[in-house]
This record gives sequence, structure tokens and C-alpha cells, in this order.
Amino acid sequence: MLRAHDITAGYGRRPVLSGVSLEVPPGRTVGLGGPSGCGKSTLARVLSLMMRPTSGEVSIDGAVVSRWRQRAPRSLRTSVALLYQQPRTAVDPRMTLREIIAEPPAAAGRRSPSLVASLAGEVGLTGDLLTRRPHEVSDGQLQRACLARALTLEPRYLICDEMTTMLDASTQAHLVAVVLAYQARTGAGVLAISHDRVLLDRWADSTIAWTAQPTV
Amino acid sequence: MKLEVTGLTVSFSIPGATVRAVTDASFSVRRGECLALVGESGCGKSVLAHALLGLLPGNARVSGQAMLSSELDLLSASPAVLAGRVRGRQIGLIPQSPATHLTPVRTARAQLEEALEELGSTRSAAELAERFGLAPRDLDRYPHELSGGMAQRVANAIALAGDPELLIADEPTSGLDRPLVERTMAVLRELCEEGRAVLVITHDLRAAAQVADRLAVMYASRLVEAGPAAELLDRPRHPYTAGLVAAQPDREFVAIAGMPPELTALPEGCAFAPRCAHVTGACARQPAMSSGVSCHHPLREAAHAQGA
Repeated sequence: MLRAHDITAGYGRRPVLSGVSLEVPPGRTVGLGGPSGCGKSTLARVLSLMMRPTSGEVSIDGAVVSRWRQRAPRSLRTSVALLYQQPRTAVDPRMTLREIIAEPPAAAGRRSPSLVASLAGEVGLTGDLLTRRPHEVSDGQLQRACLARALTLEPRYLICDEMTTMLDASTQAHLVAVVLAYQARTGAGVLAISHDRVLLDRWADSTIAWTAQPTV
Repeated sequence: MKLEVTGLTVSFSIPGATVRAVTDASFSVRRGECLALVGESGCGKSVLAHALLGLLPGNARVSGQAMLSSELDLLSASPAVLAGRVRGRQIGLIPQSPATHLTPVRTARAQLEEALEELGSTRSAAELAERFGLAPRDLDRYPHELSGGMAQRVANAIALAGDPELLIADEPTSGLDRPLVERTMAVLRELCEEGRAVLVITHDLRAAAQVADRLAVMYASRLVEAGPAAELLDRPRHPYTAGLVAAQPDREFVAIAGMPPELTALPEGCAFAPRCAHVTGACARQPAMSSGVSCHHPLREAAHAQGA
């Protein structure tokens, strides 16, 4: 279970989230909907250990998180993967798509060409595309690479923060199918964040609808 | 006021290749009408919008015609005419990425007021802001303090500062939640009812169908199908349009197999053929646009009855 309990978090002195609790069970897809600016992305950052909340508790399969960002133990850090809305700002523009996908295992000291190739194939990236850099591919192709990258360390939880908002319906359907297949294979829990009710109704097992948090 | 585009073609020379971003696009949009150009990322639709505004980079080669009110060809107009008479005054641009469109070191209010003053408008910043769902206090925020949705609303307000007759909205709803998408679309609709012409460029078929009178579907630099919005959604005739409709989460939610061709390596014939279930030898030739569809084997009513 990926669990957030009574989380308060924000930037500067303004809390964006206050007293938020949420649970993502393994093997399930929890949808999180709510208006733009309500704090969904802030919760995604807290749950992926990228941002320390001012109060509250995050636990991953029972292990309570006490250190955040690069100080978090690797085993916890790599058990939650985060996919962002904007693939362009989520990649190093100097890397090729193949390097982007291979980066997490490389950072963990592993070389895994066959894993990279199979994940790349699964998201629909083949051959020549993998040798390109971000400015040479479309948003849809770049987001495919980001999804493959997120799956390289086989996270137990995957947070998709508006993963397909920028993308056309066909690419959206493809990426969601890849996430569902990964989940069926590994039993991972998925938090699907989207403002699109129709999408969450189709994709998620259950959906939480937020209303605006008080500060926005 | 009418925008009439004929044979618009845009290519870019890059080292070792030519990017054919827009090929032979013809369409028109008149006052009181909303046309949505629908296509996936990388199909050339934003380049098309930028060509109309004269905002393409120096390595772009443009041909064709884009007549505004039958008197000014936007494609051959000088930069001075485009800057002094067209942009902001006759054509307003609602940008794709408001976060990078806005200047980070000035408040939303300062930027909106500057636009109003530059264009000699008598409206107040607060009045414009309110129309797009911004509270007056939001105007005193800096761009980094605005959520994506709020930044978009500021950009919308700036686009309307000069009261343009033609609005080009380039992905006006990306990053907005559904209620805001609906609100933005309702505002665009309202602007259209007021007698403006609206060209919406989007990857979101559902949002497009909500606002537009007519849809034009773009694939791999070409318009492949155009027609009344409801008709196109209910009875798509181009297999690509049919695939996009079927991929909607409230329909089959199934992806079209494969990916579009690169704009540097477009095939001689139909660019959708490698992904198409109806492909035959005829598809090696480029199909002509005929009664709203550019396909050698357009789907018929019977095919829809079978769920194709």
C-alpha cells in the first residue's frame, strides 16, 4: 500500500495541501480528479518522495518515509515512479531517447540493454527513434520514452500525473494500455491523476474527486 | 471578415533533410464560425497557425495563400504590416504554452495592461480578467505563482485585449481541467457568436466537437477529412478519423496501431496507409480531397453499422 496520511505541504508559507490522506493499494488503479490548481501535482511530488511535506506521513508498503529526495533510501525512492504531464521538461535534452530510458538503471549501476529494448518496443519506440534527441521527436513520442523510463526499475507504484493531457486520443489509449499491462504483470499500484472524468471513469478502479483546496 | 486559406504549404530546411510540416492545406473560416483543426502532436497543426501569424523561423519556406477579408494575403504581407496591423488587432493568438508565453518577472496585471495600452484599448484589465474566470487579486501574481489553468486564462485575456476579429487558439485547453476546458470553449463559442471567426487548434477531439461548427482533421501534414463537427464524429469517413473517434475513453479506448510517419520522410502516397486496415495498391498514390475526405477507400455508412 502506498499511503499518505494527513499530509500538509506547500511552497513558501502557503500550504497547497492540508490534511490530505490517500491510499493506493497494490494492483489497483486509483483515480484522482479535481480542478486545475487544487494540489494534485503537489501530492504526486510528495508521494514520489520528491517533496517533503510540512506535516503528515507517507508510507510505502508499511515503511514510513523519513528522508526525502536524494536522501531517501534508494529502495524506497525507486519503488515509486512518477510520470509528468510535460515530457519536455522531464528529460535531459542532451540525451537520446535510448539514454533517457536507460538512465534509471544506469544510475543504479546496472546496464540493461535488453530491458530497455523491450520496454521501448512496448511503448512503440523502435529503431531510428531511439537514437534521436528530444527536440527531434513529438510530445507523444517523448512521453512514450518517459513511460518506458518510469518502468525500468519496476516500481511497485506508478503515479501518472496528467500523463496523457497533452496527447491525442490514440496515443492516450496506447499509453494507458501499457500501464495496465505493466500492472497486470507486476501487481503494481497506480495513481492516475487527471482532470478528465471520462478518462478516469474508464481507466481507474475507483476515483477520488477533489474540490479546490482553500488557498487556490 | 473571412480567412480563406488555399494550398498552404510549409517546409523547413534542416541539415540533411526537409521537414514538410504543412502540405497543401485549404480551408476557410468566416465571422460567426468556429473551425477546429484536430491532429496529434507533431502533425504540423501549430506550424500552420504560426504561418498565418507570420511567426515562423527564418528557415521556413511558405507557399500558398491566406487571404484575410479578401484584401490582405497573410503569407506575403511584410513583417511591419503583420506587426502593426494584423497581430493583436485583426488576429489574436491564444498561445499553447502560457507559462512560457508570459514574462516571468512581471505580474499578470502589468502584462495585460501593457497589451491594452499598446493596442489603444479602452477596456480595463479587471473586466477582461473576469471574463476568463480570474479574480482581481490573481492579476497581482507573477506567472510562477499561477497554476497552469490560471496562466492560460491570463494569456486568453491578453489575446482579446485588441478586440481582434479572428482568434487563433493554439491548444487553448491543454492542461486545463474539464470544467475549465468547458468554460474556455464556452468563451470561444461566445466570441464566435459575437461575430468573430475562431480557429481552434487542438489534439482533443472531444473539446473540438464541443466548440466547433466544423472540424478539419490533420494527419502527417495534410488535412485528411473536413466537415460538420457532429457528422464527422458520428460518421467519420477517413480511417484515421475513425481511429481517433474509437480511441476516445468513452468509446472503444483502443489505440491506432503504429505511429505517424516522420515529416522528413513522408511517403509518396497516403501517409496513413501503413496503419490502415483498408489499404490497397491504390493507396500508393496520394488521394485527392473529394467531398470532404482524402482517402481512396472512405468508410461508408454500412461500415459504421458494423462498428468499423
